[in-house]
Amino acid sequence: MTTLQKIKDFDKVFNFGSYDGSVSLEEYRMTGGYEALRKVLQDPQAATEEICAAGLRGRGGAAFPAGTKLKMMQTNVETERYLVCNADEGEPGTFKDRFIMNHIPFQLLEGLTIAAILAGSSNAYIYIRHEYPAAQAMIRQSIAEAQAAGLLGENILGSGVSVNLKIFSGAGSYLCGEETAMLSSIEGKKGRPRVKPPFPIESGLWGKPTLINNVETLANIPVIIAKGADWYKGLGTKDSPGTKLISLSGDVRNRGLYEVPFGTTFREIIENYGGGMKEVYTLKAVNIGGASGVVVPPEELDCPMEYGVCAARGITIGSGAVYVMDERRSILDNVQNRVNFFLHESCGKCTPCREGLRQAIRIIERVLAGQATLKDLSNLERYTKCMQEASFCGLGQAAGNSLLSSLKYFRKEYEESCVDSAQNIRERGDMC
Amino acid sequence: MLKNVDVVINGETFNVPDNITIMEAARRNGIKIPSLCHFPDQRVKANCRVCVVEVEGSRNLVASCSTPVREGMKVRTTSARVRETVQTILELIFANHPQECLTCIRNENCELRQLAAEHGIREIKADMSTPLLPLDTSTAAIVRDPNKCIKCGRCAEVCHHVQTTGILYSHNRGLEGAITPEYGKTLSEVACVLCGQCVLVCPTGAIHEKDDTAQVWAALENPEKHVVVQVAPSVRVSIAEEMGQAPGTIATGKLVTALRRLGFDKVFDTDFTADLTILEEGNELLHRLKTGGTLPMITSCSPGWIKFIEHNYPEQLANLSSCKSPQQMFGALAKTFYAKQSGIDAKDITVVSIMPCTAKKYECTRPEMQSSGYQDVDYVLTTREFGRMLRQAGVNFSVLADSEFDNPLGMSTGAGAIFGATGGVMEAALRTVYEVVTGKELQKLEFESVRGLEGVKEAIVDLDGLPVKVAVAHGLGNARKIMEKIKDGTADYTFVEVMACPGGCIGGGGQPYLTRKETRMARMDAIYEVDEHMPLRKSHENPAVQQLYKDFLKEPLGEMSHHLLHTRYTKRGL
Repeated sequence: MTTLQKIKDFDKVFNFGSYDGSVSLEEYRMTGGYEALRKVLQDPQAATEEICAAGLRGRGGAAFPAGTKLKMMQTNVETERYLVCNADEGEPGTFKDRFIMNHIPFQLLEGLTIAAILAGSSNAYIYIRHEYPAAQAMIRQSIAEAQAAGLLGENILGSGVSVNLKIFSGAGSYLCGEETAMLSSIEGKKGRPRVKPPFPIESGLWGKPTLINNVETLANIPVIIAKGADWYKGLGTKDSPGTKLISLSGDVRNRGLYEVPFGTTFREIIENYGGGMKEVYTLKAVNIGGASGVVVPPEELDCPMEYGVCAARGITIGSGAVYVMDERRSILDNVQNRVNFFLHESCGKCTPCREGLRQAIRIIERVLAGQATLKDLSNLERYTKCMQEASFCGLGQAAGNSLLSSLKYFRKEYEESCVDSAQNIRERGDMC
Repeated sequence: MLKNVDVVINGETFNVPDNITIMEAARRNGIKIPSLCHFPDQRVKANCRVCVVEVEGSRNLVASCSTPVREGMKVRTTSARVRETVQTILELIFANHPQECLTCIRNENCELRQLAAEHGIREIKADMSTPLLPLDTSTAAIVRDPNKCIKCGRCAEVCHHVQTTGILYSHNRGLEGAITPEYGKTLSEVACVLCGQCVLVCPTGAIHEKDDTAQVWAALENPEKHVVVQVAPSVRVSIAEEMGQAPGTIATGKLVTALRRLGFDKVFDTDFTADLTILEEGNELLHRLKTGGTLPMITSCSPGWIKFIEHNYPEQLANLSSCKSPQQMFGALAKTFYAKQSGIDAKDITVVSIMPCTAKKYECTRPEMQSSGYQDVDYVLTTREFGRMLRQAGVNFSVLADSEFDNPLGMSTGAGAIFGATGGVMEAALRTVYEVVTGKELQKLEFESVRGLEGVKEAIVDLDGLPVKVAVAHGLGNARKIMEKIKDGTADYTFVEVMACPGGCIGGGGQPYLTRKETRMARMDAIYEVDEHMPLRKSHENPAVQQLYKDFLKEPLGEMSHHLLHTRYTKRGL
């Protein structure tokens, strides 16, 4: 547990208790849990303002201001409306939502209940991926307990307000983590993304206004309301207040989940939280943001984890997955793995994603087989840019991130495998 | 409330309504943005992405077909970034598309090939990965070539949302993604009605009519064969369009001349048997009213509709009129009455139909359709196939002189002509039934309430004190609405007309490509114009039909009619 205590307990948004068990409803309430809900029921307007003032941004990847989204929901006149919690944590290398659901389920449920009340949605869904049976069981049991305690369901805490929460299990598709594909999935349709606009906030589940938030985002809400926006803004930076859960994996000494204040550099995450590199090997590259994120060399790691700065430098914080590779790892293998992942998960709806990936994997296989040409590399770059520029949804747009960044930072590795690279021509001696 | 906004496209400011897309705003101002999955009468799909444009402030390019305009929006459609992306998307599609443009059935009018030309695709740098999937040639009407499918989804859209037949839809995902009938079955294994609306919207050669032109050329060349042709009502208002003229151009006389040039021995008119249908069907309706038969009676001219009801409402088959379609009545008469009259053995007569329809190809192969002892209609050509034959024969259609149909199966009235538009059969029947029932002359021939493109039209017609409630549906989605009411007993109609295709035959699956709402309207107006100029406009006044009864059939619903002009249906289910 020592690694979780890099920031003082008081400054933490999440208190996971012990890794082995979950924080029970009783324990959660003893440490101030559900006080925020009480406050919200007394003064919902102030609660909304607190969330806006805290500058909370969506933790699912897009980092949209959560308060703004909530207010957009409140201005809608339609009475039938929904809240959907996105717990389809499919981004490879990401395990933060699973931790929240398994260990602090009531913090999530409280946040979810508050968001539903503020959004005016008496019906809510939590879409949990099929691969998380333990989390589904934990949430199912916790819902029952919260309902029995009058904290969820009909007439919450005697207020007359109701929030009915249902669990919806995904069926294994990565794409269903994309918000509109998730809505289609809940409606019983094929899990494909929908045209935006209209955005879910205007026309979402069953065509009704729908607020969709990530697990981590919702779990932030009770703490913001309980401790206040000023306290929250004291964490992190002006651009990105609060903390982020980082799923740290790969060749670091201490792999695991860490709560890290925004503004911390990626190098600090690896050194201070991860305990540096495993064994004696040196750092070669870091993949930030999961399969849809970028691959960067050590030189980029002094970039602070902050939405604005990262965006400007082409780094995607995304879900907060940080995968560390040492010198023994092949960038090309890593990229091949990612492209195969997207090939498997692409829905095939739009041309750039479907056909771009079809071409990309062929070129990468040629590179790995030492049969590619430099022309292949420029084509790969072109197809990847096309995917990024013109794909229908975030999956296709992001599928090329690791390709483009690896081509930018590790081009040498690609070129070494090309039959017509200057070095290979020289070595073969077939230069005229 | 509708208001206008200023958008800047390629540096020029345009004032446009705020509820339209970038693509539409561009189109209205003379800027064509390429598109493949977009189709005017369909919902936005935004699959193909060739319509992407640059919008100031957007990180990525945006799809112009799905992005609404907003005040002050700055759009670029021709920047290097847009051009390169569009070219790359086209290149990616081509890399997975058979390079058979020279021999493809769509080589004259393929939208993909056209975009390649417009966007200067000179080289495909991507790996060619053309699939080698088997063609679906299981039906008599439609061929599906999955290799040429670009997954735009237009066919699935029309199949689900217009026709509600739900045959074609997208299966699997990623590279395995395909638009096919369920579980990769063939079209003959599912409840496809062969209406061909999917064919009409396909941008490439992925789904097309089964081409029968070679068989027709062979028959024309065969000295043993006496080849007669019949032309459906709606083809006279669409063949000129197929040959490059404006939609709605009437070309009845040129059409006859063109068919003679191709070498047909006799050029007859399906309008003749349309008139005959009115007499049989009108009398059937009166008979049902008198004897307490099953009501409402529903028309049976449209073979796609027949197949639809056989699959979807098999318990309701008794509602269908037992009359064959005009095409099949013609075939039966050509090989009996006409054979006898002309002294030609029926086995030596080849009957060819020029139809706006793909389902007609299937209809003529139905086992019931052999009343003459032979297959009554041998070959059916769509308007498009007819156009291809004319182009092959080098017929310069627009300069042809007019000529007249041959007799006796070429004589018709305006009532026969309007069969080509939704509501036309109903109107033609009412013109005759009114006069038969009341014994009075109808003062106003036009029944406006059953005309037009409204999906379901209802009217109450006063038959001299007897109010008769009728309904007209076109497009199978609308037909389904009426059938649900009939099924649950809430419909109080006496007579119902159903056409499988939107707009009726003028919007049939065999009509020229790019058929859409405006072209349907233009053809429909033309059909009513044809009617207006006919000397006779009521089926029962057709002297050739009267003579046919006198010499051959004797009386409507009589023994001979029963044998030649009526049919039965099959419960198919789903």
